[in-house]
Amino acid sequence: MSAHEDTHAHDAHDDHGHHHKETFVTKYIFSQDHKMIAKQYLITGTIMGVIGVLMSMMFRMQIAWPEEPNVLFEALLGKWAPEGVMDADIYLALVTIHGTIMVFFVLTAGLSGTFSNLLIPLQIGARDMASGFLNMVSYWLFFLSSVIMVISLFVEAGPAAAGWTIYPPLSALPMAQGGSGMGMTLWLVSMAIFIASSLLGSLNYVVTVINLRTKGMSMTRLPLTIWAFFVTAVIGIISFPVLLSAALLLIMDRSFGTSFFLSDIFIQGEVLHYQGGSPVLFEHLFWFLGHPEVYIVILPAMGLVSEIMASNSRKPIFGYRAMIASILAIAFLSTIVWGHHMFISGMNPFLGSVFTFTTLLIAIPSAVKAFNWITTLWKGNLQMNPAMLFSIGFVSTFITGGLTGIILGDSALDINVHDTYFVVAHFHLVMGISALYGMFAGIYHWYPKMFGRMLNKNLGYIHFWITAVCAYGVFFPMHFIGMAGLPRRYYTNSNFPLFDDLANVNVIITIFALIGGVVQIVYLYNFFSSIFYGKKATQNPWSSTTLEWTTPVEHIHGNWPGEIPHVHRWAYDYSKPGHDVDFVPQNIPLKEGEEELQH
Amino acid sequence: MTALLTIIVLVFILVAIWQMVKIFDLAQAKNENSQVATDKDNTINGYLMMGFLAFIYIITIVCFAKWGDLPLMSNSASEHGPTIDNLMIISMIIIFITQTITQFLLHYFAFKYKGEKGKKALFFADNNKLEAIWTIIPVIVLAGLIIYGLNTWINIMGVDESDDPLVIELYAQQFNWKARYGGADNTLGKANVRLIDIDRANILGLDEADPNAQDDVITTELHLPVGKPVLFKMRSQDVLHSAYMPHFRAQMNCVPGMITQFGFTPTVTTAEMRQTPEMIEKVANINNIRVEKSQKLIAEGGEALERYEFDYLLLCNKICGKSHYNMQMKIVVETQEEYDAWMKEQKEFKNSLVN
Repeated sequence: MSAHEDTHAHDAHDDHGHHHKETFVTKYIFSQDHKMIAKQYLITGTIMGVIGVLMSMMFRMQIAWPEEPNVLFEALLGKWAPEGVMDADIYLALVTIHGTIMVFFVLTAGLSGTFSNLLIPLQIGARDMASGFLNMVSYWLFFLSSVIMVISLFVEAGPAAAGWTIYPPLSALPMAQGGSGMGMTLWLVSMAIFIASSLLGSLNYVVTVINLRTKGMSMTRLPLTIWAFFVTAVIGIISFPVLLSAALLLIMDRSFGTSFFLSDIFIQGEVLHYQGGSPVLFEHLFWFLGHPEVYIVILPAMGLVSEIMASNSRKPIFGYRAMIASILAIAFLSTIVWGHHMFISGMNPFLGSVFTFTTLLIAIPSAVKAFNWITTLWKGNLQMNPAMLFSIGFVSTFITGGLTGIILGDSALDINVHDTYFVVAHFHLVMGISALYGMFAGIYHWYPKMFGRMLNKNLGYIHFWITAVCAYGVFFPMHFIGMAGLPRRYYTNSNFPLFDDLANVNVIITIFALIGGVVQIVYLYNFFSSIFYGKKATQNPWSSTTLEWTTPVEHIHGNWPGEIPHVHRWAYDYSKPGHDVDFVPQNIPLKEGEEELQH
Repeated sequence: MTALLTIIVLVFILVAIWQMVKIFDLAQAKNENSQVATDKDNTINGYLMMGFLAFIYIITIVCFAKWGDLPLMSNSASEHGPTIDNLMIISMIIIFITQTITQFLLHYFAFKYKGEKGKKALFFADNNKLEAIWTIIPVIVLAGLIIYGLNTWINIMGVDESDDPLVIELYAQQFNWKARYGGADNTLGKANVRLIDIDRANILGLDEADPNAQDDVITTELHLPVGKPVLFKMRSQDVLHSAYMPHFRAQMNCVPGMITQFGFTPTVTTAEMRQTPEMIEKVANINNIRVEKSQKLIAEGGEALERYEFDYLLLCNKICGKSHYNMQMKIVVETQEEYDAWMKEQKEFKNSLVN
């Protein structure tokens, strides 16, 4: 196979390659090394995450103590908080940018970008990504889009404020809302660049997984992480271009007078010229990405969690083939369920029935995955490292949040809870918190691989337990105020005496949110200080079986100093009978008479 | 002030955490500290897992006890409402059972099988029978839910024109609602935003030449006769809005350039709803909260809040701009006689125009 020859060609090249002089710029800034690019993604994602979480803490304070002066607002929001009272426009902007940053910049680029880059070459046994150059371009486009998104926070009329779903006409008409002027333009430009970055990254991942696997690494010997990244990249390639087209058409409507999404509009005393377009078309295009997007976010987390759970349970992942099958089933279904965001958009009710059917089907592969994780724990020898705690936390919030999906996916029930806090609770638990847990689990687990040092485990324990309590404290009660009919994205509820009895619930939620937000400082401190002062890592600190732990602790270009190891078994030979140690790395040949399981 | 106090408390919590970590680290300084979990870590975190399971159960019970009086926010006030509420309750029971069992297994296993040095895990990679079981059970449960759900959905969304429903247009604009009745002929006149003429007070853009439009009635309150099917035709003049009538379990987006619809039959008048024991209790509770707040406001030199009396509401539930949070319209459900009397007081379109 050409892949094999390729690695040999690479080997030969690499023997001389070590003597290349690396300057500061090529090593730390315009690096083409996948390990460095992964770190760049992670740190950029972390910075964006801090911004996103700070925003959520601010609007949570506004919800709990509406229209009360707040020193924090005065300091951070400036003219948007005259005398410390938050303005209604900036409230919507905070909600919008919080959503955008968390979904795209943290949980898509920060999660998938970091771990796909780090783990794909290391776990499949490749020297680097198929194209190191494209990989570098992908990161720098992501960086550029992050910068533009941050700049948009400072424009005169305010950043985009139409909700992260930016439905037109609100997002299309500057006179409808301050944020729909320059702020929205920058939002769209930033997202267009982000999509380009994401596509370059995804293509690279797919090509690398298909072509650069080491000898013996068949598809059914791949760790589940790689399966998850691979399928995620494929979904990204299928759906992100559709969002790009939606964004381009919206730019046309906004700037060049076309009518793709607009029709019959009378605003501020004048009739606009738009005719024949439909906002519902935008909703279709948006959610054709928007729904797969939540799986783009959650699948990598699932992959990381599967790997970490097996390693820390000292047991093979239960039902390896079923796990792959359910990833594929979820990926397939994810592209045909977008309409469940649009049951009451004015779309034909018959379409609603179809989408209810496909949506509820997703519960089946999801249930299989959840049960398989639980069974993986059964009769294990669980090593409670922080990464393991976050993985167990992932399964817990994934179940809690996922179950309410059978209410929201049911069109008849969606009528009454659509766009209420019930939805907010659901998606934050099932994709927000879960994916964040998956990301944290990955960071705690692969930190030694990334930085050659260990994270402090006690800080990790504190980080996990306080975060876990706060996550439930924030999002569990939110279901109930949603079922009581409280709409999301309300600047204050004080105009509805009907909801006065829910005000104290919102205070409780906010207190949990503030504690949960502040405790992330523990993590940030741990993360940044351990880069310099952390305990030096050993080569394989968690006694794992996958190939990345056969590389030296010190990063070298090309990953392995000598030949690339060959693979002789699947990734989950933990506690296999007939071996003295409780893990057998993938590069160890089968013993005489040892059978490889048919997995 | 509250916010400032909160921030101070949070800072103290952080300091406390920092101190705790220092203690942990100092305690471990002598031991070999590899930052990999030891048996002691496994035990402590195993017990914490059980504690966390208890926390999940407690928060569930507290939430249901305090805020979970299903069906929430009062009984439904429309004919199809109970079918939605029933489906909701059935779904909630299924969720509750699944949640309780799976969370127990997850956390209990994490506690029970916490690692010990020298112990070996069971090499258990696959079991087709088990996997078949937990594929088939969800399939059966979901099949039931899908069939029930789709049936309910089709019944709700299918509008039966032969019932001779009362046709009402709900008209949305930043940031208020208008209702338009068809008048004596129960037929809405043609309308388009291009025909809006503010100077002539033709605010909804009705076609002044259309005979059907002449007797249309435009109001700022929505009155509905009890027991009569209503078919709402939704229209928006500027951005997306959503007409959310939670007490009637009804919602539909209002889309510029397109007419959407939703129909239901109100079954409980406003007066009757105010007299239900649940509503009396809820309103009393809300008024207690408001009295407390008023005392605080008066102490600060402000005005007291008005007493709350229950009314059905139409809320905007799709982000629509700055004042989205205050886009509402009162709904009054009343007897046919009261409705007729109210309707008689309203001005017909042809008489409301300014020349």
